[in-house]
Amino acid sequence: MHLYDAPAVFVLVGAALYVVLGGADFGAALWQLLAGGGERGERLREHAHRSMAPVWEANHVWLIFILTITWTAYPVAFGSIASTLAVPLFIAAVGIIFRGATYALRSAEPTGRQRRLIDTGFSISSIIAPFALGAAIGAIAARRVPVGNAAGALFSSWLNPIAVLVGVLAVAFGGYLAAVYLAADAVRSGDRDLEDAFRARALIAGVIAGGVAAAGLIVLASDAHHLYRRLVEGPGLPALLLSVVAGVATLWLVWARRFREARWCAALAVAAVIAGWGLAQQPLILPRLTLARAAAGHDTLVAVIVVVLGGAIILLPSLALLFRLALTGRLDDSQDASSRVPSATERALGSPGGLFARAAAACLIAGFGLLTIADAAWAHAVGVTCLFGFVITGYVAIAPHRIAGDSRPAPPDQRWAP
Amino acid sequence: MGDGASALGPVAQHYLLEARQIQALSFAVHIPLVCFGIALPAMVVCVEWLHVRTGDPLYRVLARRWTRIMAALFAVGVITGTILSFEMGLLWPNFTATFGGVFGLGFAIEGFSFFIEAIFIGIYVYGWNRLSPRAHLLSALPIVVAGFAGSLMVVSVNAWMQHPSGFRLVHGHTVDVDPWKALFDNSFLWHELIHMYVAGYIVTGFLLAAPYAIGRLRGRWGRYERTALAIPLSIAALASPVQLLVGDWAARVVASAQPIKLAAIEGLAKTTKGASEHLLGWYSHGRIDFGIAIPKLLSLLAFHNPNATVVGLDTVAPDLRPPVNVVRVSFQLMVGIGTLLVLLAAVYLWIRVRRGRLPTSALFYWCAAAAGPLSVVALICGWTVTEVGRQPWVVYHVMLTSQAVTGAHGIPVGYGTLVAVYLLVGIGVVWCLRRLALVPLESLVAQGERG
Ligand code: HDD
Ligand code: HEM
Ligand code: HEM
Repeated sequence: MHLYDAPAVFVLVGAALYVVLGGADFGAALWQLLAGGGERGERLREHAHRSMAPVWEANHVWLIFILTITWTAYPVAFGSIASTLAVPLFIAAVGIIFRGATYALRSAEPTGRQRRLIDTGFSISSIIAPFALGAAIGAIAARRVPVGNAAGALFSSWLNPIAVLVGVLAVAFGGYLAAVYLAADAVRSGDRDLEDAFRARALIAGVIAGGVAAAGLIVLASDAHHLYRRLVEGPGLPALLLSVVAGVATLWLVWARRFREARWCAALAVAAVIAGWGLAQQPLILPRLTLARAAAGHDTLVAVIVVVLGGAIILLPSLALLFRLALTGRLDDSQDASSRVPSATERALGSPGGLFARAAAACLIAGFGLLTIADAAWAHAVGVTCLFGFVITGYVAIAPHRIAGDSRPAPPDQRWAP
Repeated sequence: MGDGASALGPVAQHYLLEARQIQALSFAVHIPLVCFGIALPAMVVCVEWLHVRTGDPLYRVLARRWTRIMAALFAVGVITGTILSFEMGLLWPNFTATFGGVFGLGFAIEGFSFFIEAIFIGIYVYGWNRLSPRAHLLSALPIVVAGFAGSLMVVSVNAWMQHPSGFRLVHGHTVDVDPWKALFDNSFLWHELIHMYVAGYIVTGFLLAAPYAIGRLRGRWGRYERTALAIPLSIAALASPVQLLVGDWAARVVASAQPIKLAAIEGLAKTTKGASEHLLGWYSHGRIDFGIAIPKLLSLLAFHNPNATVVGLDTVAPDLRPPVNVVRVSFQLMVGIGTLLVLLAAVYLWIRVRRGRLPTSALFYWCAAAAGPLSVVALICGWTVTEVGRQPWVVYHVMLTSQAVTGAHGIPVGYGTLVAVYLLVGIGVVWCLRRLALVPLESLVAQGERG
């Protein structure tokens, strides 16, 4: 492995995680759309919403990760891809906006028609976004993106059998993963009816996703023979086999209601497809553009590797914490949890006194002198620190909660009626 | 520095202006939301801490209510930010293709701070009932830190565009790239970072206080409302004078690093010794009409010397000058609003120190209600000064915006779509915030006492 390969590995790992985690969030929305009407449909939707609410934002960041690593490490490839595939990427972006916005709207606990409108918008945008992103990947796989500023065709680059099929595959994978995860979550909440519902969906979606993947191979064989060969005979083969085995195993695990294992196994099946694509695609990213030629300079690559590995040290424990809390149900927003808040002892907070006020005034004057009058860089640094000190000591001196407690209500004559 | 070449080669794009407007629009939507990501977690934590300290359920209700606002606005901040990331490629592929290896690292690091922010927002928002009070309080600290780290990273990219270094450009390809030096060894970074960060607190503080100020005008003025007003208003009031000083610092850095931007800010057509400062007015034909001139003040402010020479627009060819009135009017608006905010803050602090209470006059609350939207105007104006003042360069003195733009067709279609999308999202957010505000307090109190 060369230095210039490392960021590509990061991007692929990021892509796998985005599909496995973020893709399932999109898929959950698919099930919301297909949940049907009535009280039961409402329960399915609510379950899907609650399961992903605490994690979808974190899962979404994998997309940002992929984008930023790509444009830092392989800038020419990024510029070429983004300009030729402007249409699917823009559609994906709009889908993402609507999805996030409708998600936020749901926090206002809408009811009735508004609720249905929001849920439908949410679901439709959650289908469009992964489709468009998948189609963009398909266009790259089909070698329809030449190097250059919008050098490829604006529409036929991604409106072709391979790209469309990869788009459909992205949606199918999401639905499949989501059904497995949601069945597992239903076990936790102890709702047998929900569990059965998502178990059935997981089985059906598993078969469909497998079918679409197989169809994809057939299309590849005729339209992108290079990729097909590298996938079934070349470096991609182990990953392909792994995916098939894991996919079948997942079906069995779901059938046997061993959802905990099924969760991992389903994720593995999907991640293996992405790994297979990565292995089959290289060393070319775009036609006539190898990874080596696309890569940024040596120092940038080293910096990217340092940042990703260093960042992982903070990121992985944080992610582990989030998922542990989420999977053990400690982020379920149930209202009947026992209270562990200290009872109202009304401990009075200490009086701030004039000391802080004087300190604040001193900080402000010092900050003014050092930042505004003085010219040296060190003086500016100290000056800015003093100004932050002013805000903090000033806040303690004001003690806003105390004046709020002391101030009397407005006299009636100052009330203003609209 | 460069030879005019770029990684993907030149293209003809008829809709450069529209592309720039899309970029501006997307920022104008993202940046106010981001202010809440920067400052709201800290304010919520202050209130939750009061609850843990005193056990007073009022603080818990307040913190929970603000948490809901935070969660909703964070989600919208995330998606609008994602659009910006896409636009780096969709609108400016040649900029990213040519310089991604230089500035991209800033965004890569920012990605990690987004991770931390999103993870702990998830834990904080959904952990209210099940985590111990201390664990819950602690889970907010990474959000506060990540808000700062994220601003540092993204602003470092902007500062690099304003004052590029850390690379050489040879036939359109960057060589000798040192991304760390490019991003962090940059004299332009620090004032932008601090100014933006403080702006985050000002905007959030005044906007959060505004509905309670209006409530007070309508007669809603219980202890709950008073607390909810006093906390953000105090923070914003303390930050305002700081912003004035930091802004003055920013202007001095601009004066030395981007003299043409300063000339546009001041409408200074000719290089002048002992230049005077003009308040208000309109720039036309090389002079300020209807302005109030204060002799030698510009030289004094910019260089701490009343007789210093200030570079004028005439030192560069007309097509390398930014549009003067856009920059100048935006600047005057920002400084004017900033000054008014300082006055409001002074009144507030004065009454607190002298009388030991909140102000009582209705006029004050009218002004406090107006301060929220006005601070957003100042925020957008500030960025307009920075970004439009950099024109026609995207990377200052290295790459023209016209070289950066995409060659793809259909920019007007994208523009129209995006305007419609943002309008819809805007309507949705307003609807959502109003609904959140209408949740009766009692139901939150009941939740607060139960869980
Ligand atoms: C609440 C918002 C706010 C307020 C009250 C002010 N500013 Fe500001 N200003 C911003 C928010 C802002 C910003 C966050 O929008 C900018 C854009 C780029 C930056 O670093 O901060 C900015 C940029 C900016 C610049 C350009 C910096 C550059 O190009 O790098 C200058 C010279 C000033 N400001 C000066 C001032 C002065 C003298 C103020 C006096 C009151 C002031 N600002 C108040
Ligand atoms: C001064 C400029 C900027 C500041 C201070 C800033 C800060 C922030 C903050 C604090 C967030 C967290 C979300 C929130 O609180 O709502 C955020 C979100 C985001 N921003 Fe910005 N941003 C700026 C400009 C940009 C630019 C130029 C880009 C990309 C080109 C960008 C991309 C993003 C993305 C992708 C997110 C979503 C992150 C997530 O998924 O959690 N931002 N920004
Ligand atoms: C902090 C990171 C930021 C980055 C990396 C960034 C990057 C860019 C880029 C690449 C362009 C297009 C090229 C150009 O027109 O010069 C641009 C333009 C612009 N940006 Fe920024 N920007 C940032 C922050 C902001 C913010 C926070 C605003 C807030 C409103 C803003 C407002 C604008 C405007 C108004 C333009 C259009 C300039 C024109 O049409 O003359 N920028 N920016």
